[in-house]
Amino acid sequence: MSERFNLLTPGHSGCAGCCDALAAKYVLMGVGEDVIVVNPTGCLEVMTSPFPNTAWNVPWIHSLFENGGAVASGIEAALKSLGRKGNTKIVGIGGDGSTMDIGIGSLSGAFERGHDILYVCIDNEAYMNTGNQRSSGTPLGASTSTSPPGSVSYGNPTHKKDMTRIMAAHGSPYVATTSIGYANDMIRKVKKAAETVGPTYIHSHAPCPTGWGFDSSKTIEIAKLAVETCLWPLYEMEDGEVTQVRKVKDPKPVEEYLKAQKRFRHLFKMEDGDKEIEKIQKQADRNIEYYGLNK
Amino acid sequence: MSTNTVNPKDKSKMVVVEGSYATAHAVKTARPNVISAYPITPQTHIVEELSKMVANGEIPGCEYINVEAEFSAISALVGASAVGARTYSATTSQGLFLMHEALFNAAGMRFPIVMTVVNRAVSAPINIWNDQQDSISQRDAGWIQIYAEDTQEAADMVLQAYKIAEDKDVMLPVMVCMDGFILSHVYEPVILMDQKEADEFLPPYKPENILDPKNPKSFGALGDPSCYTEFRYSIEQAMDVALQKIEDVAEEFKQITGRYHGGLIDGYHLEDADVVLVSFGSLLGTMKDVVDDYRMRGEKVGILKIRSFRPFPVEAIRKALSSAKIICVIEKNISLGRKEGALFTELKSALYNTENTAPAIGYIVGLGGRDVLPRHIEEIIERTKTVLETGSIDSESSFNEVKEEFL
Repeated sequence: MSERFNLLTPGHSGCAGCCDALAAKYVLMGVGEDVIVVNPTGCLEVMTSPFPNTAWNVPWIHSLFENGGAVASGIEAALKSLGRKGNTKIVGIGGDGSTMDIGIGSLSGAFERGHDILYVCIDNEAYMNTGNQRSSGTPLGASTSTSPPGSVSYGNPTHKKDMTRIMAAHGSPYVATTSIGYANDMIRKVKKAAETVGPTYIHSHAPCPTGWGFDSSKTIEIAKLAVETCLWPLYEMEDGEVTQVRKVKDPKPVEEYLKAQKRFRHLFKMEDGDKEIEKIQKQADRNIEYYGLNK
Repeated sequence: MSTNTVNPKDKSKMVVVEGSYATAHAVKTARPNVISAYPITPQTHIVEELSKMVANGEIPGCEYINVEAEFSAISALVGASAVGARTYSATTSQGLFLMHEALFNAAGMRFPIVMTVVNRAVSAPINIWNDQQDSISQRDAGWIQIYAEDTQEAADMVLQAYKIAEDKDVMLPVMVCMDGFILSHVYEPVILMDQKEADEFLPPYKPENILDPKNPKSFGALGDPSCYTEFRYSIEQAMDVALQKIEDVAEEFKQITGRYHGGLIDGYHLEDADVVLVSFGSLLGTMKDVVDDYRMRGEKVGILKIRSFRPFPVEAIRKALSSAKIICVIEKNISLGRKEGALFTELKSALYNTENTAPAIGYIVGLGGRDVLPRHIEEIIERTKTVLETGSIDSESSFNEVKEEFL
């Protein structure tokens, strides 16, 4: 097992408490060494590959921001043609920007075509590599550098895009949500996804200390709060059906999650901010109801 | 310099096929591992023909990917090439433009992808007909660009392109450019590539570096200011190597197949020509017919055919034009805001700082598929002769024809 811990080596330039470093490590622990990693542009790519150094002890390729799905497709097709596919898993690891926004077309194509690839989205809910700009993964009410609160704004005006279900709708045999706050759960799901033949998808919630505004010692704590407040439900889907849900016995109010982060601080100060918090609580309530989280 | 050498004994092997088929057939004989495909007029026939070949098992082991956009067509080949596959795609115009970002990436990562660009005008206004604005606009992407004069050359260049691209000292992608409709859709007698000859000419692709779990390597690293320049410099060095490689490969191809279309450049009645027309692509066929007429009248008109636009064969061009009395570049593209075609600009720059003081003029013709007829070429030659006789250039660069009613 010790070798598996070293597939992504220390010495990269990730921030203290970096969600990407944890998530990537968990992914490699789940997948193992027989892998080729495709890493679209983002924090993870930049912090692990400053020429002539690399933090990767597995074959790794970065091409562009929005083509992870296509590059992974090409690798899979080529290995098949060259007779080298074997059990090698092609694993895409991208952020919310490259996965949910600019690269969704490429990823959709790869999934629709049914390539034998695993794609993992490390979702820190904004463009962190460029300094915390709003993405379609940014939740309602969050302040980012392009969705700031103001006299006529409470921050980001929309809910997160439900990327996991979009990928399930492609006919993926296995999709799952994970959180870096639940390492064993994430590693288990990644392993299952890697062992499933066909295009599989893991969406990992990944709190970013610098972008979200919390102390770098609190990454895991914040991640757990998202699950405990039911804002980030953990579930698995096989062939389009929800098959496993992680129960949350006594869901905490969303305020506990929101007040721990600077990006939501304005909601507690602004007039009618409580109404925005209510909308966020409603989202959590919908998750509880839909996934039967507290049953 | 010779032109379009066809071994006479091979004429019996000629068949009449569409240009797109001849190219697709040549691709088949290169034994590609991965082909990515997305439809766009006038390129589509090539990937349609290839899909039939794959469906019939005629390209053993080949994976054919129907991608969702041209951007993914080229990106999939980046991934495929990174694990050591021989790769092919074809595109045109808007599709090539959609690839733009990934073109630079493929060259920067030194993947020897071969792609046919079926030249077409670019939007707006939308126009599906031929000119060469699309590939010319990708000039600085780091791809080798070869322009074919006829369908035989477009097909033969596919094999040559792989050999140039995969050379260990080159390792750059290659665009084989052929004029849309005029070449892609025309039925002409060609000699289809023979599989045995193809195998003899083109060895299997065995790259030094691949993505392999048994020997992990990182591809596509971050290059900061301390090293970025050297990455770009090494591409330029590879382009220098390609200058010789393109010549060598053309010779090797001739040895095996008997067919030769020129190296970096080619000439037609060039040696003693006073008036030298310079062009690339299918315009050359029409120009040669017109030059034949002039030669029959004893007038010293000749042609310099540019085959390689990238790398740009500066030395070869200087030598070829050393005795020209006047030069006229005729081309199907325009650098807007410079009011001339890219070839004209580059050709003049190649002659700067040399002893060649021959006047040069340029003509922009055939944009968006407008026919270029022999009489248009004659008019251009006559105007060029006038400049030579009077020693006065009214307009350095001109549109051959502008219809007042649409202005």
